[in-house]
Amino acid sequence: MKKNKKIKGLSIHIMPYSEIRELTITERVKKILSLILGNRVVILQGRLRPEEEIRLIEDTMAMVDHIKTFKGIELAVVDASRDEEGFFLKMRRGIARGLTGESNSLTVIGPASVVKEIKKDPSKIEVFFG
Amino acid sequence: MMKFLSRFFGIFRKRSNLKIGFYGPPNAGKTSLANLLCMDWTGEEIGSVSEVPHETRKVQFKEKVEIEHKGKKMVLKIVDTPGIATKIDYEDFLEFGIAKQDAKKRAKEATQGIIEAIKWLDDMDAVVIVLDSAENPYSQVNLTIIGNLLARKIPVLVVANKIDLRKANVKKIEVAFPEYPVVGISAKKATNMNEFYDALFKLTKKV
Repeated sequence: MKKNKKIKGLSIHIMPYSEIRELTITERVKKILSLILGNRVVILQGRLRPEEEIRLIEDTMAMVDHIKTFKGIELAVVDASRDEEGFFLKMRRGIARGLTGESNSLTVIGPASVVKEIKKDPSKIEVFFG
Repeated sequence: MMKFLSRFFGIFRKRSNLKIGFYGPPNAGKTSLANLLCMDWTGEEIGSVSEVPHETRKVQFKEKVEIEHKGKKMVLKIVDTPGIATKIDYEDFLEFGIAKQDAKKRAKEATQGIIEAIKWLDDMDAVVIVLDSAENPYSQVNLTIIGNLLARKIPVLVVANKIDLRKANVKKIEVAFPEYPVVGISAKKATNMNEFYDALFKLTKKV
């Protein structure tokens, strides 16, 4: 049976893209994960590149494997720009740019112990804490 | 001349044993579909299936799967991968009646399986993304996998599995991924497999 834990305090870290612009992929993922391990929900201006997102999942799994209390992350990207374009054009534009921090996206990343679920639709995002 | 011959035979060799990866979130039916293919063409299954998530915790493959469809033949290496997720909690497995120690072991193996699946991405010639058509297709894991395949220029076929379920919605998956071919199937009931094989042959032509 799962225990119902109440959230005692919720800490949100708003991260402007400039905070990670000069960092390498390893440093970016490390910085985000260190905040997550501190039980903070990170709201990043912009979005990570696909290879950074997959690296974030990879490193998250390595940490779940090594840190007993860490269960992983919840992750979602919302793109407010030109919704009618669809996922592919947005993704292609992102890849073509190389860096995607300049986009109108927002990335929400939180520890799975704090963020129970992020429900995403193309036009909206719902974050459930628990 | 040697360079030309080497390139020619290189292409031939590659096309005759293409590596097709089965990727997707946990419990979408990757192994069920891979089993169906392997049983049909080799008489052997590739792995076990279960209602408990993360049943596949190691990359498993079947070499030289020779498929014949509508007079055409191809030989594939089928690579079935563990479902990719962003969180693993051993307590989720307890709800399926698994003992605590076994649940912890399963969780540990599942995390390692996800890492292994990600490492295999670069090795694929083409990928079949298997999604549960009764679930929301916009999860970030799905988008991250597809984004990585797009960036690596790996051809993709999206399979909307479990169309036998009442909540199945293939249209929603087609709307979510309009630039990829989407085939609705039920691996459990072997429904729409002709359409799947049509799409699989088209996919390998893109390699």
